[in-house]
Amino acid sequence: MRERILVLEDGTVFHGQGFGSMNACRGELVFTTGMTGYQEAITDLSYTGQIITFTYPLIGNTGINRDDHESIQPGCTAIVVHELARRASNWRNNQPLETFLEQKGIVGIAGIDTRALTRKIREFGTMRAAIVDADIHPEPLIQELNTLVLDQNQVKQVSTRTPYPLPGTGLRVVVLDFGLKHSILRELAKRNCACVILPHTASVEDILEHYPDGVLLSNGPGDPKDVPLAIDTIRVLLGQVPVFGICLGHQLLALASGADTFKLRYGHRGLNHPVKEIASAKHFFTSQNHGYAVDPESIEGTGLRVTHIEFNDGSIEGLRHREFPAFSVQFHPDATPGPHDALSLFDTFMEMMETNKEKQHA
Amino acid sequence: MPKRTDIHKIVVIGSGPIIIGQAAEFDYAGSQACLALREEGYEVILINSNPATIMTDKESADRVYIEPITEEFVARILRKEQPDALLATLGGQTGLNMAMKLAESGLLDELHIELLGTRLEAIRKAEDRDQFKQLMLDLNEPIPSSAIVHTVQEALDFAKINGYPVIVRPAYTLGGTGGGICDKADTLQGIVENGLKLSPVHQCLIETSIAGYKEIEYEVMRDKHDNAIVVCNMENFDPVGIHTGDSIVFAPCQTLTDVEHQMLRNASLKIIRALKIEGGCNVQLALDPHSFAYFVIEVNPRVSRSSALASKATGYPIAKIAALIAVGLTLDEIRNPVTKTTTAQFEPSLDYVVAKIPRWPFDKFQNANRRLNTQMKATGEVMAIGRNIESALLKAIRSLELGVHHIWIKEVQNASDEQLSLKLIKAEDDRIFFIAEAFRRGYSVDEITILTKIDAYFLDAIQHIVDLETQARNEVLSLPMLKTLKRYGFVDETIASLWNTDETTIRNLRLQEGIVPVYKMVDTCAAEFASKTPYFYASYDIETESVRSQRERVIVLGSGPIRIGQGIEFDYATVHCVRALRALNYEAIVINSNPETVSTDFSIADKLYFEPLVLEDVMHVIDLEKPLGVIVQFGGQTAINLAQGLHERGVKILGTSVDDLDRCEDRKRFEAALRAIQIVQPKGSAAKSQIDAIAIAKQLGYPVLVRPSYVIGGRAMEIIHSTDQLEHYLSRNPIINTNRPLLVDRYVQGIELEVDAISDGTSILIPGIMEHIERAGVHSGDSMAVYPPQNLSLELKAKITQITRQLALELRCIGIMNIQFVIKDNEVYVIEVNPRASRTVPFLSKVTGIPMAELATRIILGEKLIDMTYGLDLYPESARIHVKAPVFSFTKLSDVDAYLGPEMKSTGEVMGSDVSLEKALYKAFNASGIEIQDHGQVLFTIDDANKDEASHLAQRFVRLGYSLLATEGTAHKLQEHDIPSQHVAKQGDSDQFTIIDHIENNKVVLIVNTMGPESKHYEDGVRIRSIATARGIPLFTSLDTVAAILRVLEAKAFNLEALT
Repeated sequence: MRERILVLEDGTVFHGQGFGSMNACRGELVFTTGMTGYQEAITDLSYTGQIITFTYPLIGNTGINRDDHESIQPGCTAIVVHELARRASNWRNNQPLETFLEQKGIVGIAGIDTRALTRKIREFGTMRAAIVDADIHPEPLIQELNTLVLDQNQVKQVSTRTPYPLPGTGLRVVVLDFGLKHSILRELAKRNCACVILPHTASVEDILEHYPDGVLLSNGPGDPKDVPLAIDTIRVLLGQVPVFGICLGHQLLALASGADTFKLRYGHRGLNHPVKEIASAKHFFTSQNHGYAVDPESIEGTGLRVTHIEFNDGSIEGLRHREFPAFSVQFHPDATPGPHDALSLFDTFMEMMETNKEKQHA
Repeated sequence: MPKRTDIHKIVVIGSGPIIIGQAAEFDYAGSQACLALREEGYEVILINSNPATIMTDKESADRVYIEPITEEFVARILRKEQPDALLATLGGQTGLNMAMKLAESGLLDELHIELLGTRLEAIRKAEDRDQFKQLMLDLNEPIPSSAIVHTVQEALDFAKINGYPVIVRPAYTLGGTGGGICDKADTLQGIVENGLKLSPVHQCLIETSIAGYKEIEYEVMRDKHDNAIVVCNMENFDPVGIHTGDSIVFAPCQTLTDVEHQMLRNASLKIIRALKIEGGCNVQLALDPHSFAYFVIEVNPRVSRSSALASKATGYPIAKIAALIAVGLTLDEIRNPVTKTTTAQFEPSLDYVVAKIPRWPFDKFQNANRRLNTQMKATGEVMAIGRNIESALLKAIRSLELGVHHIWIKEVQNASDEQLSLKLIKAEDDRIFFIAEAFRRGYSVDEITILTKIDAYFLDAIQHIVDLETQARNEVLSLPMLKTLKRYGFVDETIASLWNTDETTIRNLRLQEGIVPVYKMVDTCAAEFASKTPYFYASYDIETESVRSQRERVIVLGSGPIRIGQGIEFDYATVHCVRALRALNYEAIVINSNPETVSTDFSIADKLYFEPLVLEDVMHVIDLEKPLGVIVQFGGQTAINLAQGLHERGVKILGTSVDDLDRCEDRKRFEAALRAIQIVQPKGSAAKSQIDAIAIAKQLGYPVLVRPSYVIGGRAMEIIHSTDQLEHYLSRNPIINTNRPLLVDRYVQGIELEVDAISDGTSILIPGIMEHIERAGVHSGDSMAVYPPQNLSLELKAKITQITRQLALELRCIGIMNIQFVIKDNEVYVIEVNPRASRTVPFLSKVTGIPMAELATRIILGEKLIDMTYGLDLYPESARIHVKAPVFSFTKLSDVDAYLGPEMKSTGEVMGSDVSLEKALYKAFNASGIEIQDHGQVLFTIDDANKDEASHLAQRFVRLGYSLLATEGTAHKLQEHDIPSQHVAKQGDSDQFTIIDHIENNKVVLIVNTMGPESKHYEDGVRIRSIATARGIPLFTSLDTVAAILRVLEAKAFNLEALT
């Protein structure tokens, strides 16, 4: 395998072997602690522009199958692994991970001390990093990384450009696509929803012309403040139609309600984040992938109340509007990858839409 | 919800003696639980019959009862103690079964004792096959088609309808005892017949076989608020069909996509919630390798061997958390003891892979049936942690201490291709080595997958190892290749052989080039949060997380996997040594490879390195830690065997010097030492060849005792009565040379005594002398032992003390030692000296109250006996009488002869203590599971030399009202003594009613079977013994044990005399 290096903005250089695409790449270096679901993670558009470090050291074991994709064209820049499987083994395996990455133009590097790297990210926060051939002198690259301005338009890069339907016979849901994971659509389809997926730029009129029973704000990459238009749109929607926000959608709902968001040092990325539902005192394990969070100090006076908190660091995991039918969660109730503990939130959304519908008819 | 305040006093039931299927993991679980409950302020009363455990230390609970775990004794203790609650889910199947018995008898209700943790209904639902099946149907969870059978015919009918192969599982038995896979009617008949007998409720589950499916386990926990978590999942390398205790296991699962993982996680959580378990639970599942189809195989509603493994694999202390849940705490209220910042409501994320390989006793039991099936056969296991499959697997292989440090054994090269295929298809303990050999012979992963049903992913890892061998062989020595080999777990020794050089060259090259492992932390969270767990493993990576402290450091070597001859006793001594070091303010660092034990609980030592006990791995830790020295005295032969190599590399061995250790082990030097102080030992010498051995034996005169030097637990030790027998022995144990001499001694049959002594180089302390019930000839580990000795004069005690002192001083023992004596005609012979802690340390520590390992540790670090409070020489004897009795696992090991001889066969021990010998013996027999009915037939089949002595014993049975059965010669002898007996034919004598028929008819309540030098009846004896074992009929092969049991029976019996 080709010798390559992973260079960090702090000057650290890790040597490894390249696989997948052999492009030179730059991106924001993050880590995820999930032990399963690398296929879902790689195809999760919330990682757009990022270099994903897998803390689990053995990656590629089950290959890539046709079923478990979360997007058609993944957005992540690269993946960093300790050990790439020599041979994938699973009955659904269609192709090896490295072939898939090559096809999708995603860079891979193996043989990295991913635990050392993770500890670094934990201490210094997410970093700018590059993966290049080993014969490239790292010094100029380190300087470049230090002045590199990372993309701020990831949502634009991955959101659908044209609306498309997901037919069904049940409740009508408009899904605002900020980097939508397929599993959200799977959950809506399971509940027989008739969906229209709209680009992130959709205006209030664009949305309401579908006479939706509810609007789902999808997950997506980057800083929620990078999509100001959507924030304005959501502000107008509130009270007109039930809203359910997931991940980036949750942050957007908060911003639209007047709360604030901030960047976490190294984010929450993994499948084992314990979340407590305040009302029931019940705990779930959740799938998470976010680098920003809603500022707890900013909630007061927004009309929002906190419904869920992360059990380890107390960060906000769920919000509900006091007046309007709108709620959101920071984690992925659609799981995939990750535990199915919070799937019922989709049912909550269904109930909210039904109740609202009845009210309208009443 | 805080902990419960309405209960104060809790009785905890332990798991009793170590047997196959129930081993040290319950000491780990139990001691953790007791500690947790005491920390919460509860008064803890412990009942366990096993003295060799940390859990039965008096410090572990407020009161510790080392009493039989039988209804009789547990009920007495409950009545005496009047506790508020009982916790039984940490004592394995023994604890669980006892709790059910007590509940069913109404005693718990009568005494208002609440059963903590999982409710009785839940236990029943999980354990009772019918109820479990119904529950799974209710939950819509798939189970293989199955039926509960109470008769053989029902089983045959089921198989006729559903087809073969079928699996038989007797209800409520340990480690699947008596179960098996059957592919035809006659095997089914045999297994079910036996299974019904072994099952306490006389039922078996019979189900269609799903052999070949992936076997997956989930360790789940739940609290009373219905919070539930998955601590860990594990994937068996060996597919369904081999007991998980006998399977190589990897954690976490490796070949599951997230979809499959979540599907099985959901099923496991659904089950634990439906069962309303409060505590830990193990769910075993079978997953079709070609679809999403899966089946629930089994649920264990308690902590288990798997939960111990999961705890060590993740750092999450399942037993401790289960105990806290049992007293009402919830997962979100309990601190995560690893991170200390998060709570126990947490699912660990691993950033390494763990490999577990079972340790089987087949190196000792060469005649045993090595075929692996649903009946567990392993006595212990090793665990290894790595950052790829290859290194974890190779580390685990070398931790097994099979004499190999790579995936290669010499047996593989002689196997024909046909034999090789057979080895792959029919799994035995050594299959993994044959898989590697198959790759060396050019088999492909796909071919081996077809033969073994092992997932291609795992097989590829083995192929990778073989590919690396080939690649290295074909290249010249290069640094990149060397780095690659180290990264995938190769030891220097293997690398040297690949490159035709020596180990030292490779090691020096590596050190020079800085190719050394780093140490990574086990932290439950994949480094997401800062953690301070002092729990490390080696990996060839960049960054090390283990930092050498400023304190004075001492490394203690553990004893590796539990095997016959080196059991939990050594872990006990290791833990005490560590505690003593910490009390003396040293930094205590443990290296060990056994996931079941207390010593590998990361809270025991200041630092734990979970690494193989192999010189290279140990040296890497030493290179990093630069300790004051290494203590090898407590880790059994495993640690002692490392002393020389460590010494040669300049490491200081603390305590008795390496040279003096060698003086005990080296026959010539040992004899010279004994001669110097004029101590007698049975005549003998070391044979360096087969011819030599025969010559020595002839010169000494038969009988002789033969054994290889440097072995554990008397492996291959035998008493030989003739040249013929010796030749037969030599043909089975062919390797004898200058490096591995065979020791040949005259066999002295007398009273055997054993002493553990502490010596500081100038004075000694003997906590006590133990007297064996059986005469010399039965291995000390298989003998019953009594403390204080019952037949020893003051003079002899003084003489033994004197000899011990002389030996300790002459051999310059600093620390602890063990000496075995034989006394014949008032002459004291020394038969063995072990310059280390022995198997009897925990027993003797408990009965004398002298913390032996602690004292020895203090001495090793420079203290003197004279400055301690225990006095010198022989410590005053206790008034109470204590009996240690061995416990065997013959029911698990088909084809192992239950005859007791110089080679050790027991897996565990129990203790019985009382005011008289008879009462203590009664308890010891009871605790070891021997129950003799008060009437019935006693079968005598005795060799010629013992016939007279046996007749006296037979007479005593008759007086107690038993009737006698005897084989021809024995019956004849009994008749001479006017003892009535019924003569029975041996198998094959004729077509009369035979011994076997009598046994099968359930009339025989006890069997006495001795074997003489004439081996002509050997086969008959084996058959009788194996039937006795299979039928659970008490069997005694030593007349001394029979005499002991008679003392008990006589003490219990009322005297019936008619008026005269």
